Amino acid sequence: MAETVFAPWDDPTEKPLIRFRNVTKRFGDFTAIDDLTLDIFEREFFALLGPSGCGKTTMMRMLAGFENPTEGAIELAGQDIAGVPANKRAVNMMFQSYALFPHLTVWDNIAFGLRRESKDKAAIAARVEEMLKLTRLEKFARRKPHQISGGQRQRVALARSLAKAPKLLLLDEPLGALDAKLREATQFELMDIQEKTGTTFVIVTHDQEEAMTVASRVAVMDEGRVMQVSTPERIYEAPDSVYVADFIGDVNLLHGTATPSGDETYAVTWSANEAPVQAASTRSFSTGQTCHLAIRPEKVAIYKDKPEADNAVQGKVLDIAYLGNLSTYHVELPTGDIIKAQVANTRRISRRDFTWEDPVWVSWSKTAGVLLAE
Amino acid sequence: MRRAVLIAVPYFWLLALFLIPFAVVFKISLSDIALAIPPYTPTAKDGIWTMLSQLDFENFVFLTQDDLYWKAYVSSLQIALISTVLTLLVGYPMAYAMARAPEQWRPTLLMLVILPFWTSFLIRVYAWVGILSGEGFLNQFLLWIGIIDAPLTILNTNIAVYIGIVYTYLPFMILPIYSALDRLDGSLIEAAEDLGCSRIRAFWLVTIPLSRNGIIAGCFLVFIPALGEFVIPSLLGGSGTLMIGKVLFEEFFSNRDWPVASAVAVILLLILIIPIVLFQRNEQKQVEDGS
Repeated sequence: MAETVFAPWDDPTEKPLIRFRNVTKRFGDFTAIDDLTLDIFEREFFALLGPSGCGKTTMMRMLAGFENPTEGAIELAGQDIAGVPANKRAVNMMFQSYALFPHLTVWDNIAFGLRRESKDKAAIAARVEEMLKLTRLEKFARRKPHQISGGQRQRVALARSLAKAPKLLLLDEPLGALDAKLREATQFELMDIQEKTGTTFVIVTHDQEEAMTVASRVAVMDEGRVMQVSTPERIYEAPDSVYVADFIGDVNLLHGTATPSGDETYAVTWSANEAPVQAASTRSFSTGQTCHLAIRPEKVAIYKDKPEADNAVQGKVLDIAYLGNLSTYHVELPTGDIIKAQVANTRRISRRDFTWEDPVWVSWSKTAGVLLAE
Repeated sequence: MRRAVLIAVPYFWLLALFLIPFAVVFKISLSDIALAIPPYTPTAKDGIWTMLSQLDFENFVFLTQDDLYWKAYVSSLQIALISTVLTLLVGYPMAYAMARAPEQWRPTLLMLVILPFWTSFLIRVYAWVGILSGEGFLNQFLLWIGIIDAPLTILNTNIAVYIGIVYTYLPFMILPIYSALDRLDGSLIEAAEDLGCSRIRAFWLVTIPLSRNGIIAGCFLVFIPALGEFVIPSLLGGSGTLMIGKVLFEEFFSNRDWPVASAVAVILLLILIIPIVLFQRNEQKQVEDGS
């Protein structure tokens, strides 16, 4: 692939489109956003991910102009936008409830923002038709919002917020109301539309799969702070805190102390009775420093006999979670810890090798896990 | 069978409480005045066929001959219309403020709006006599703060009637508008602002159209009783206040002319029903066009 990778965040000469600089937002005694600094670049599909109440919606509302920061500044294309009201910002928002005007047709909903700019009629009509085509809604232009399906409403909301060609589009849980199948299809549609229009998208979601699928970068948030901002692969493969490792996907965490045992390799003593496990880490740890080893279940293999591997621990199968394509084996170690090992079900279920109470070995390579200080 | 019985119950009430009384009034309006009990002729005692053969539209013709009646209708329509607009202008902001008030205050505010119903309507209207009269509280207050030198004549004018109607029917305007505004999704206003509307434009383009049903219901609830209002114009209005409710009362109790009084009532009903039916038909058409 000769194509250059889209990664403006790695380019120090690139100017961010949005800049949060030490932004704090308080509602009374409650601190929703705590001294937050963040850059979002043009053409990015940026996801704010976190549990409810983590401040992601507040951030979005500050970008839209419905809230102002208590401290700090938010810049849009180099301009401080504090005090600029929502109706004067080149930012549009797609609401979680879609907020379609029930008294207007689909056509008039999409034209609503354009009419406020007092463009001439022909230009508005052309733009509305373009949006209808982009979101495949031509057939429904004359309908009212209550006469179309949820998925269609979602597309009307998207078309309406894109009609004014904003510099920045905010999407507040845009797919939350759709069923799983439609959601998946719509995620790809969103990515497609984002690419076609070249608009910067900021999406708020609590669904990590959604964030991983659509976003160029993900910010994992907790209690008003950004825990980590990175590409979906790095968030998943190289979380820099136990919180992020635990929040994204499933993870096995071993708590122990590190001892350097070679070039960027550490022996982690995690139990008095078991041999230390080997883990590679570019982060350095001093001897005896407490650490957490985070290993994804799909990187843990499960065997009947002791395998030749960097790390192997014996236990017995406590539980099997059958997910159809995958099975997750919960293996209880003699120490009482539980290690989850995920295996693709490439064979029919009747041919399953392991069953409850079977003694098994779980193993993983030394590069499989991530060693974290906190 | 059970279904038929269940459906029959509401129709029975409709028949007993609306259609039969109306048929009685309509029949009386077609009769002639008589010095008897009841004070009209013919009655069912004369036999159904004799009775039916003696009915005529004489009284309705009479209403067109004396200009008192049509003047009273026009004047009532005018007073009802103006007071409905005034009630809307006062009631809408109140309903809006209530719907925007913090959640925990709303039941209290709603209670305050309904509270006047706990006292007799007659007493409340009578209280306005004390407020608006020459030596009333309002004039005393205005004289005291020095805005006026001589008492204003408000009582026994149409202004007092407007004040009385606005005061009495305000809750009927506020409640339906409040319920429409209360249901309004706040994110719609945010969406309008996000798409470039100022606060005021968002109000005109989103809030008003979405509270339209509440406005219409409120206006009907004020306009209809105000049109036939009798107590307020008799207590607060003057000799110049001409309202059909007063005319009706006088025909009925002073002149004891039940047939003419009934004819006045039938015409009043038609004045109300025809526009409402036309309006509903129009609404129906709009809904059908939308789908």
